[in-house]
Amino acid sequence: MLLIAVGVLLPLFYLSIRAFGATPETLYNVVLRVRNLRLLANTLLLTGGVLVLTTMLALPLAYLSTRCNIAARKFITLLGVVPLAMPGYVMAYAFMGLGGYNGMFYEWFGIIMPRPGGFWGSLLVLSICTFPYLYLNLRTALLGMDPSIEEASRSLGHDAKSTFFRVTLPQLKPAFLAGFLLVSLHVFGDFGTVSLMRFETFSYALYLQYVAAYDRIYAAWLALMLLALTTAALVLEYRFLKKAIFHRLGRGASRERKYLELGSWKIPAYGFVGIYTVAAIILPLSSIGYWLNEASLAKMSGDLFTSFGNSVAASAPAALLTTVMALLIAYVGVRFEGKITNILERVAYLGYATPPLAFALSLVFFSLYVSPFLYQTLLLLIIAYSLHFLAEGIGPIRSALYQAPPQLEDAAKSLGYSSFQAFIKVILPLLKGGIIASAALVFLSAMKELSITFLLSPIGFNTLALNVWSYTGEAMFAEAAPFAFTILIFSILFVGLLFSREWEKT
Amino acid sequence: MNELLRIKNLTKAFDENGPVVDSLTFEVKENEIFAVLGPSGCGKTTCLRLISGFERADGGEVHVEGKLLESPETHVAPQDRGIGFVFQDYALFPHLSVIENVAFGLTDIPKHKRHVYAEEVLCRTGMGKYQNRNPSELSGGQQQRVALARAIAPKPKLVLLDEPFSNLDAVLRESTRKEVRSILKNAGMSALLVTHDQEEALSFADRIAVMNDGQIEQIGTPEEVYFQPKTKFVAQFLGRTNLFHVDAFGDEEVMTALGAMRLNCCAKGRALCSIRPEHLTLEKPNEIHTETDIGTVVSREFRGHDITYRVVFNGERYLVHTDNRVLFEPDDEVIIKPLESAVVLQEDI
Repeated sequence: MLLIAVGVLLPLFYLSIRAFGATPETLYNVVLRVRNLRLLANTLLLTGGVLVLTTMLALPLAYLSTRCNIAARKFITLLGVVPLAMPGYVMAYAFMGLGGYNGMFYEWFGIIMPRPGGFWGSLLVLSICTFPYLYLNLRTALLGMDPSIEEASRSLGHDAKSTFFRVTLPQLKPAFLAGFLLVSLHVFGDFGTVSLMRFETFSYALYLQYVAAYDRIYAAWLALMLLALTTAALVLEYRFLKKAIFHRLGRGASRERKYLELGSWKIPAYGFVGIYTVAAIILPLSSIGYWLNEASLAKMSGDLFTSFGNSVAASAPAALLTTVMALLIAYVGVRFEGKITNILERVAYLGYATPPLAFALSLVFFSLYVSPFLYQTLLLLIIAYSLHFLAEGIGPIRSALYQAPPQLEDAAKSLGYSSFQAFIKVILPLLKGGIIASAALVFLSAMKELSITFLLSPIGFNTLALNVWSYTGEAMFAEAAPFAFTILIFSILFVGLLFSREWEKT
Repeated sequence: MNELLRIKNLTKAFDENGPVVDSLTFEVKENEIFAVLGPSGCGKTTCLRLISGFERADGGEVHVEGKLLESPETHVAPQDRGIGFVFQDYALFPHLSVIENVAFGLTDIPKHKRHVYAEEVLCRTGMGKYQNRNPSELSGGQQQRVALARAIAPKPKLVLLDEPFSNLDAVLRESTRKEVRSILKNAGMSALLVTHDQEEALSFADRIAVMNDGQIEQIGTPEEVYFQPKTKFVAQFLGRTNLFHVDAFGDEEVMTALGAMRLNCCAKGRALCSIRPEHLTLEKPNEIHTETDIGTVVSREFRGHDITYRVVFNGERYLVHTDNRVLFEPDDEVIIKPLESAVVLQEDI
């Protein structure tokens, strides 16, 4: 347990050593650069823009799919989740492949659409990629709200509009905060999209500094600033959330909700869903399909095979290692609830919230200082994946553990089994589903991971994600297509798995 | 008293399994507390939701003060009906304080006066000192009073209450009931309450409609529905009772399995009768009684202020409530004596 906590925290410590290890003069130079302000402004502008755009997408879609009498409600819910299946750099690739002289738009319609890039390109892609986090939070909150609260407002003389603004919306505040936090963390941590769109945020600058300029001190500082930004977001959310938690007061079983009739809003509502579907799903998918058709698969297949093998070679052991650690943390966390175990669990989540590029960089420094033999080995990459995705692995095991109460272990012990035997014979079989889900989630996440792979993979070790990213960076869209397509399939599996579990619960 | 609410043939079906509310007809008078009593799933909550406008009617009409609010062709939106609603789980707005909850419906009075008035209503329900609390910081009984204050603050002519006391524990329920009743009476409001608790309906309402399977079986004062039930369902739902058949010939007095007994009306032919256990008593047999007059005590439940006996008589079991001074032991020989006349029930409802 402690080892895991150390594994997350120690690299961050070495990052600071590296950052403060410069002469005061360089420090002064590095920290007080005007460029930092511009990076901060860019990062915040992008985050703010993404928050606005995701709200404009998620709120109407969530309201339509939970409150209004609209056809194909389940399908619309699915639409709100599908973008999760595309990692940012694949979505960026797909949108970039639409424009330009050889883009899909020119070939199919004869229109030259400028290739998306810079702020607007990043804004568009990141908004589509991250809005499901907000959508899901809002949807859950809207579904969980006591229906009689809105009816109470109606019986007190407020119409549907007034009820929405005075009763429904204020109660969505915690969901907004949670969703905003997730979206912000993703934007802060995003490296794939901004690097392909060439928009300078902290992440992109960190990459440029480390790879192109090879200025490690400045890179370390950028990573620290990025961490500070992340911490600020976490603290801010915690502060606001503390004030905004509303308890559901009713205890009785809620009756089924009445859906609002759309009436004259029918056309705008379906129009909104239609435009969204075309922009966020049909366009990117057809772009990938278009380029896949252009690619000469025969020439690529060797490459595809190798990088697929590499991705699996890193992801599969990482999934195994993560699951073992997650099992340990979840078991101790659930069975021995207390301050210390609570903090340990939090640390696992910290590894998840840390921007991956900053996390990877700190592991680079850590391995260079402490264990140079580990630097640029597959083992370090696997450890990095495991620590980063630990939180993802804990979730399913934790919820499975709640289905296996300690009384079962006690019963086994009373029948003559030792604690260890009881765990193996009774608890482990009950956790089987959760363990498989957790391993699968981590495996699929690692398959599509880009930034950590980018900094920590051994030399010449090309994964699927790295190939998509580097080919797209050179505008070789046809060459990137088979890799993007393979990742897409794995991502769809990932999302499918995640939601088949969610849907079972409800 | 003038009628305030008139329900005519109100009908609602949710699916093909037949109507949940089946042509209900009743009216509520001004300043009257009216209860709809029935088992869960009998359609009583749906009836409330039709009156408040949360559901659309498939048939029939709802009038308030002579104005048509609901029919298959008409639908006045809930916010325009001016009917207060107290929800079963109170439905207080969790993001607003107690006083903001109460002021929420006061859209017709100027902004600066809303809180003053809301405070006054809160004081009337005894919640004045909690006005700045959050609803989650209140106990169930306190939430209940805030919900009531919120519903009556806009001065609706009619307040609907959906099982308002079912979330309170037994001790609190009784006192809250009394207070709510006096608040409503003092405010001069009519109230329509639905409940499955017969004791609650009997003690709270001026009149009761007993509902079963979407239909009303009887409307009357608490005494009428209790003492003169019209149907077997009403007789059994309002308390324990003894049911038996008699062969009547149009006389007031008939021979029953329990011996000679008066009926509440003249019946002819075979009829089902009901007599409440407390309308029977037990006596020691004496020498004039023959074998066929005598029953046997099977069990005794001493309940403090009264005693419940189960007596087997001519092969049938009867329930008898006596006061606590009539003492018999199991296996004692007794004769059953009616104190009141039996009630003839209509059978085909």
